Formats: sequence, structure tokens, C-alpha cells
Amino acid sequence: MKCAVVRFPGSNCDQDCYHVLRDVFGVETDYVWHKDTSVAGYDLIVLPGGFSYGDYLRCGAIARTSPVMRSVLAAAADGKLIIGICNGFQVLCEARLLPGALIRNRSLHFICEHRWLRVENADTPFTSACQPGQLLRIPVAHGEGNYRADPETLAEMKANRQIVLRYCDAEGQIRESAHPHGSLEKIAGICNRAGNVFGLMPHPERACDELLGSVDGNMIFQSLLLPASAGAV
Amino acid sequence: MKATVIVTPKPSVLDPQGVAVRDALRHHDLPGVASVRIGKYMEIESDGDISEEKLHELCRDFLSNPVIEDYRIEIETPAP
Repeated sequence: MKCAVVRFPGSNCDQDCYHVLRDVFGVETDYVWHKDTSVAGYDLIVLPGGFSYGDYLRCGAIARTSPVMRSVLAAAADGKLIIGICNGFQVLCEARLLPGALIRNRSLHFICEHRWLRVENADTPFTSACQPGQLLRIPVAHGEGNYRADPETLAEMKANRQIVLRYCDAEGQIRESAHPHGSLEKIAGICNRAGNVFGLMPHPERACDELLGSVDGNMIFQSLLLPASAGAV
Repeated sequence: MKATVIVTPKPSVLDPQGVAVRDALRHHDLPGVASVRIGKYMEIESDGDISEEKLHELCRDFLSNPVIEDYRIEIETPAP
């Protein structure tokens, strides 16, 4: 397993992702600059959080035109694993690798706190270490995490089990009060139809050490990096 | 040539900024303000002509996100 963490101008969670992959999980990991034109040879490509290009035009819209993204699109078509976290999720939506779009939080507030998430689909390479319905406590930090898709797209996503994570309360109930973003269906994370591209607003890389208040983010990285221990193929 | 691109949130998409500004306008003794939608206005100046077809392509693929936004284009060509 070899991982790439793509750095755009304005990425600011790249070092956190690099630290988790290399130091916590001991996996060979490289940074890839947005002007590089190849991500060939990597099994997992991480698009980290941050404010690429200052969120100009729309979050992720300019990063999507970076030279490296052509290779990321090819890797996605090739079945390589791609995870976009926060701004990385926005980039994946703008790149049309994931359906829908993320707009300003309903509350207009930048929300920065630990949130409970419920695993809606544990049969993806990103959640295979989780139990179906498992609760994860992982921080969010975003102003634009309000997921939107048209009804046809949403129906298709449901039919294909593309909704992977939803916001819930500590008991696992999905309620309006657990939900200041306004995100459609309380969506926190989705995958593409093929299941190899995953985007989520919460930051699993910020929940990988007891010192940080939660280790639940490890479940995502464990699913990706240690599939054997998770009982998956 | 000069082109103006106006991007607005789709009517079906909630515009939280617009709602906040609408509520603020109501506080300016305008209780009748029903709706405010906030979009983007872009002026594009080019030495060479950009075809209308190309502009639409740019709007669809880059300047707007068709999932959440509509756009319209106004093209100004200088008088000969």
C-alpha cells in the first residue's frame, strides 16, 4: 500500500493526513504537489481539507482544474481508492467524481466541533472495519458542509447505497437538532457508484489519537490500510 | 470583447446568505421583502473573441455549478 496526499495551495490538513498514514499506520506516504501531473503508482490518494485557492469562485472549483486532477480522474476510473476530506470532498464533487454539491451551512456559522456519525454502509473499502450502524465521534470544521443533490440523484444514491455516513446524536438517532449544517438527509459522507471514491466533511485524521479526544477516525484508515484485520478481502 | 456572467442559486436550492439578508432587510422597515437571492457577477474582458458556445461551456463546466446554480451571459461587442 502506497499513499499520496495531494497538496493544493491552501490545503491545511495535509500534514495531519500524512502524519496519520505514515506515523500512526506506518504506511509509505508521499506528498504530491497540485502541479505534479501524475499520481500513478499510488493505491490510495488523499485530497485533504483546507481552503484550496482561498475557496474562490466555489469551494474546490479551482482546485479541480489543477494539473494533478487529470491524473486523479484517471486513477478513479482505474479503481484506485480516493478519499476527499472536507475541502477534498468539495473538490471531488466539483470534479464530478461524486454527485451533488456542498453549499453554505444553513446556520451560516463555521461549525467546528466533534459530531456523532452513523455508518450507513459498512460494505465500502472506507468503512469495512466498522459495523453497520456503528457510531463514530469525529470532528467537523467547515462553513460549507450543507450537502445538496436533486431528488433523482438522491434516489439513485440510495438505490446504490452511496450514502456512507450521516450525522446523528449520541444515541444514533438522526434528528433535526443534531444537524446545524442543513445537509440533505443529514449526509456527512458519500461514495461514488463504483465504491472507490469517498468524500466526507468530518475529519477522521483529527480523531486518530487519544490526545485529540477521539480515536474513531482510525476506523476509516483501518478499513483502508488494514483490510485483512477487518475481515474484508 | 466583454462578457458578463451572472450566476445565481437555483430556485430549488436554499440560499442561506439570501435568507439572512432578507431578514436583515425586514429589519429596515421593509416587512414586505419576500426573498433575496445572492449570486455572483463576473466581468470577462478578452482581447480575442470568445464564442458564445465556448462561454456556455465555461459556464456549465467551471464558472457555475449546475447542481446548485443557474447562469446567464450578456455579451458586449464594441461598436465597429
